[in-house]
Parts: sequence; structure tokens; C-alpha cells
Amino acid sequence: MATVPLDAGKVERCRGLANEIADDVQRYVARHTTVGVERAVLRAYGAQGTTGEGGPVVNVAVDRYAKAGLLGRGMCHFLGRALLRGARDPREAIEWLAFSADIDHGEGAPTLQAVIDALATPTAAALARIDAARLERDAFKGRLAAGVTPLKYVIVATGNIYDDAVQAKAAASAGADIVAVIRATAQSLLDYVPEGATTEGFGGTFATQENFRVIRRALDEASELHGRYVMQTNYSSGLCMAEIAWMASVERLDMLLNDAMYGILFRDINMCRTLVDQYVSRRFIARSGIVINTGEDNYLTTANAVDKAHTVLASQFINEALALRAGLRREQMGLGHAYEMDPWLEDSFLLEVAQAQLTRQIFDQHPIKWMPPTKHKTGDIFLSHVHDAMFDLAGVVTNQSIELLGMFSEAIHNPLLMDRYLALKKTRYVHGACRHLGDEIEFKKDGIIANRAIRVLGEALDLLVEVRRESIWEAIGRGAFADIKRARTGGKGYAGVFERDASYVNPLLSELEKG
Amino acid sequence: MLPSPTGKLLRAYGDRADDGMVQMAFVLALAPSARAREAAKRFAEMHGLSEPIVATMEACADGHSFFVVYGHSRHGIDPTAIDVAELRTEALTRDVVEHRIRARMGRRVVVVGACTGSDAHTVGIDAILNFKGYAGDKGLESYKGFEVYNLGAQVENDALAEQARAAHADAILVSQVITQRNCHRENAHAFALLLERQGWRREVVLLLGGPRVDHALALELGFDAGFGPGTRPSDVASYLVERLCPDVAAPTPPVSPG
Repeated sequence: MATVPLDAGKVERCRGLANEIADDVQRYVARHTTVGVERAVLRAYGAQGTTGEGGPVVNVAVDRYAKAGLLGRGMCHFLGRALLRGARDPREAIEWLAFSADIDHGEGAPTLQAVIDALATPTAAALARIDAARLERDAFKGRLAAGVTPLKYVIVATGNIYDDAVQAKAAASAGADIVAVIRATAQSLLDYVPEGATTEGFGGTFATQENFRVIRRALDEASELHGRYVMQTNYSSGLCMAEIAWMASVERLDMLLNDAMYGILFRDINMCRTLVDQYVSRRFIARSGIVINTGEDNYLTTANAVDKAHTVLASQFINEALALRAGLRREQMGLGHAYEMDPWLEDSFLLEVAQAQLTRQIFDQHPIKWMPPTKHKTGDIFLSHVHDAMFDLAGVVTNQSIELLGMFSEAIHNPLLMDRYLALKKTRYVHGACRHLGDEIEFKKDGIIANRAIRVLGEALDLLVEVRRESIWEAIGRGAFADIKRARTGGKGYAGVFERDASYVNPLLSELEKG
Repeated sequence: MLPSPTGKLLRAYGDRADDGMVQMAFVLALAPSARAREAAKRFAEMHGLSEPIVATMEACADGHSFFVVYGHSRHGIDPTAIDVAELRTEALTRDVVEHRIRARMGRRVVVVGACTGSDAHTVGIDAILNFKGYAGDKGLESYKGFEVYNLGAQVENDALAEQARAAHADAILVSQVITQRNCHRENAHAFALLLERQGWRREVVLLLGGPRVDHALALELGFDAGFGPGTRPSDVASYLVERLCPDVAAPTPPVSPG
């Protein structure tokens, strides 16, 4: 079996440093809430609907209490009080919070304990809804065959959810194991979740509950037809991370892109905001058994993939530590990395294999997400197809778990039906033809691949030492990741962060934290 | 196919000159069958291919076939009869760029760039502006002569105009990557109109870049120049220098209409 030398002591030190970095983040997270977190909680308690101009009911309610300076107590505080005042159910209580003539300033009776007690039954119902979706998924999956790793992951991106459903079914019939519906690029910066089916999206569709259902229905049909479970992926990222995670958890999604670091670096979302949002989103994700995909692979689209490979590894250690603190099991952590080196660099394939194998060995229980070349793709579709085949070869030799297939038309347009078909056909060939190659070969001791792996781990350790010394907040500020700098209070969404009061109430989160 | 009086018609070159050989790949919503094969063949013939060979027909989805067809294209093209708006900027060396700016401007050239509208893809603007550049060609930030403000992604037209004004921009770079239903065109055109309306369009050089952008499109949308796929930072640097600090001997490039 081909392995690279791994200094267990160094790996342990990396994990130790990542734990300290994550603890520092967690201390901040535990003292704060956000408008996004509070909206997610209200959704979980049954809030529904929009007001037209004012946006979703949850936005109206949360913005109202935020403006009144009351959000530090948590929306549950006021939800519990509304229930005690006689609201029929949580949904009606939330409508009171949004639209009642007077705002509840939370003064006087009842006691905090009474408020918490009033939420016991609704909290159980909110959890039961997530658990039921999980059981339904598990039962359905149990009847069908599972894909073989590396799982073949493709995207659909027509901008019309009904066209996406057609493309998703076509992809399933061509052998796709996972279908991701690309989200409209603008959504990451929307501080509300749109409603309904998208038919006119730009650069993708919105992540809405209805769109989730349309695709789940299509993939359930395809799964039945082919006797093989086809997974659904969307994006729990941007300013509505937690709300989307909750939606996905009740609509039986299988995977979510979920990575605060990605939002901070590539969408300029405020780091305080998104790290708090991420924590709560991952609590929903942990409960529902969804697999997260993290976005470290993107660092290599802006930074040099050869020189900055260690930043990806360092970030994977940090993401693992953060995910563990949100209750995720390692089997739910699809840590990301990518095949993004300049293909014309001599021995680039060896360096890619070294990185892939190193990642595989360090994160051996994790469903590693392996991303195809994009940055060095040109309009030469014929070379591009070969480039992707080499990526497939590296993926199967190093047994990556989730492989996002390269598209030969990457630099040109959204994948056409035939582009996806040919990508799947080529990958089936390479994976099949080389299925056990990794078991048959060994990497030369002291060879290029072994030495590269040793070097990247060493550099990742050095970077983690620095990041721990200066804290993640400062490290991001000086451009340690992806060569992009972000300030602690800069970026979008910082105004939506609130310090928790001593009387902060959130029984749902407390229950999720019990695991 | 009438012979042109001005030049020789070019046909596609396959194995031998003028054989017109091309291939097409496409999908038809038909399951593979003899009828589907004949449909693909006729479809190719309608595109001007003679003796089409359906090299591949296979099911690529339920009720859909993927075809690869080879054939001899009947068409020929006379390149001398074509008039295209082309950016004719000589690539200048880094030293020349720096020297010209120093000598003719006597200050740094201020460049403000952004990916506008809902577009979140900064890959293009980053490749041109950021220090690291693209394909070994360092970005504008790496020149002493440029003062660069990269505003990143999802910048609204109003905000870009405001910030460019505040920075006293000599040039504004607009990047449009997302092209669904031509939203890149509308958005870019709206920006040029906005500057017109605000009355300072003529005070800046306006550049448009993106995978579906070419110089002709940029002119049509009210920009001064367009840069498509494969553009290197030094191409943009050279253009800006030619435009803003021309060599005295050379005539100033004409201001484009729009």
C-alpha cells in the first residue's frame, strides 16, 4: 500500500495547536449570538412565511428585538414569554413577536425558569422534526446500494430549479453519486433566506426550502430507478449559514458546503459573525448526520498551489478542531483540498499525489473532499479532459472520499449535459481501471513524493505555531490564508453580532449541545 | 459560397488543405436508434457538413443521445473582408511602463477595479490587479507606477463610482464573470451610463474584462477597451500607459465613441 512517511509527533502537535486556536474561537462564540442564529432557532420552532416587503417573518421578529437592544437575551426568551402569555403555538408566538403592537421588553414575571419550562415541549418537537428527517434518510439509504469511493460529485447550475432537477437526474443516470445545486452567487450576502422555487437565477438558484424539496424529489426518484442512493448538496454559507443548515436538516440533504473561513476570505463576510453562525449551523448539521464540505481548496485558486499547500493542511487541522467543538463526528467532516498546481510544472503530478496522500493519511476517518483543477484550465477542452483524467488518477490511487469531477468546459460555461456525461464516463474509466493501484504500489523512500509530504507537514506545523501565537483573528488579518487579508470588525454582517446577556436563553441550542 | 474578389477563401484544414474537415459534438433528446443516427447526420448536413460520419452515438441520459460527427464543411471564409475592432497595444516591458509613468505622469496612475453586481468571482480582477498576477506575469500592484484599489466582488455600480471618484481614479477596471442571460452586458453598460450621467465619464479610462468580453463588446457598452480570456496584467499595464502617458512621438489613440 502506497503511503507517505508521517511523523506522528508532528501530526499530534498540529492537532494540539489547532485545538488551542479553536478554543480561542469557541470562547468568543460562547459569549455571542447573531441575527442569523436567532432566525434559525425561530425557524426550528416553526416560524414560516414572509411579509412581502419586510422579508421573512423571522427577519421581522429578530430585527425588531435587535433594534430594541434585546437580542442579547435570545429570541427564545421572548418566545417563551409569548407562549406563557397564551399564544396557541410557537408559530403564533413568533408572529406576535414580529407584529404585535408593543414590543415585549422582558420586564417582570415570569421567571427565567418558567420561560425555559414553557419551551420544553416545542424544543422536543423541533428536535423530533430533525430526527425524523434523519431517520427517513437512513431508512431510504439502507434499502439502496451506496456508491464506491471516490464518490463522484457533479454540479448542476442552470439557474432554474426545474432544469436543475432534469440535469440532476441525467447526472444520476450517468453514474453521479452526489449532485450539488449551485447557488446564486449573490445569496451569500443576503441577510435573509428567499422563499419559493427559483426559475430565473443568476449563476445558480437560491438555497430555499422549496428548491431543496424539488431536488430531493428528483434524486429520490433517480435513486429508486438506479437502485443506488444519490446524495444532494447545497450551501450553508454566507450570512444565513445557520438557517440554511436547519432547512437542509429537515429536508434530508446529505451534504453542505459549510466553512466560515471561505466566507471570510472569499466573500468578505465578517469573521466574528460567521464563526458564530458556523458553530450553530454545525450543531444542526451534527444532529442531522449531514456531511460538511469545507473550502480550503479555494485557497489554491488565489495562492500558489505549490508554495501554499501547507496553508490548506493547516486550515484542515483548524476546521477539524472547530467541527469537533460543534459536535461533528470525524465521519461528517469532508475537509477540502484541490488539484490546482500548474500542470506544466515538471513533476506536478507527483506533488499533487503527495498532498492527496498526506491528507488521506492524516484525516483517515474523514470523507475528504477532493477538488478538480480550475485555475489553470483554458478553453482547450481536449487538454482539459486529460488534465481531469490525471486528477481522477491521483484521486483513486490515494483513495479520496468525495471527488468533485472536473469539467472540460470549466473555463467556458456551466457544464452542459454532455460535458457532465463525458466527465462521468472518463472518471468511471480511470477509477475502474486503477481501482487497486494504490494497494499495489509503494512510494519510494526518500523520493520526491515522500519528501514533499514531509515538507508540507513541517510547513503546516510552522504556520499553526504562528497562528496560535497571534490568534486566528490576527492571522487572517495579515493574509495567512489564500493571500487575502480581512479585519476582525470588517466585512459584511458585523452589525448582526450581539453579546449574550447573563439571561440568554436558547433551549434548542442547549439540547443540540448535549448531542 | 461565392468566391470573394478580395482574397482566397479559407476552408477548415483537416488532413489536407481545403478538405474542410470539422467535428461537432452535441446532444439530441432522442434515445439511440437508427432514426437518431440519421437525425444526427441530417442535423450535421444542415450545418453545412458534407459526407458526415456519425462517429459516436450513445445514451447520455434517459432519452438523450450524445453524438460526435465528423464531416467536410462546405463553408469558406475570406479573412481580408473582415473588419474587427482590435486593441493594438504593443506589449511594453516593465521598465518602459515604469519609466513612462514616471516621466510623463510624474505621479502614480490610480487604478480602481471591481467585480460588479451580484458577481462574486474575483478570479479575473485578482489576476490583473493583485501582486501575484497570472501565469507568471505580475499584477498591477507589483508596479511602482500604479496605485491599485481592488474593491473585490459584488460591488454595486454606485459604490464603485463613488469609491473611484474618491480615489481620483485614472482608470476603472470592471470585471464581469457571470454571464447568465447576458447580465454582464446590462450591468457593465449601466456603469458606463452612470459615469456619463454623473458627468465624469471622459475623465477616466474605462476597461471591461471577463471571459465573454472582447474589445468590440466593450466599445459597444461604452467602455474604452475590453480584455478577454488570456489577458495578462502586462497587457493591461501597456494599454493604460499608451493611453494615459503616450510616447510623445506617437499620436494619442483616438477616444472611442460611446
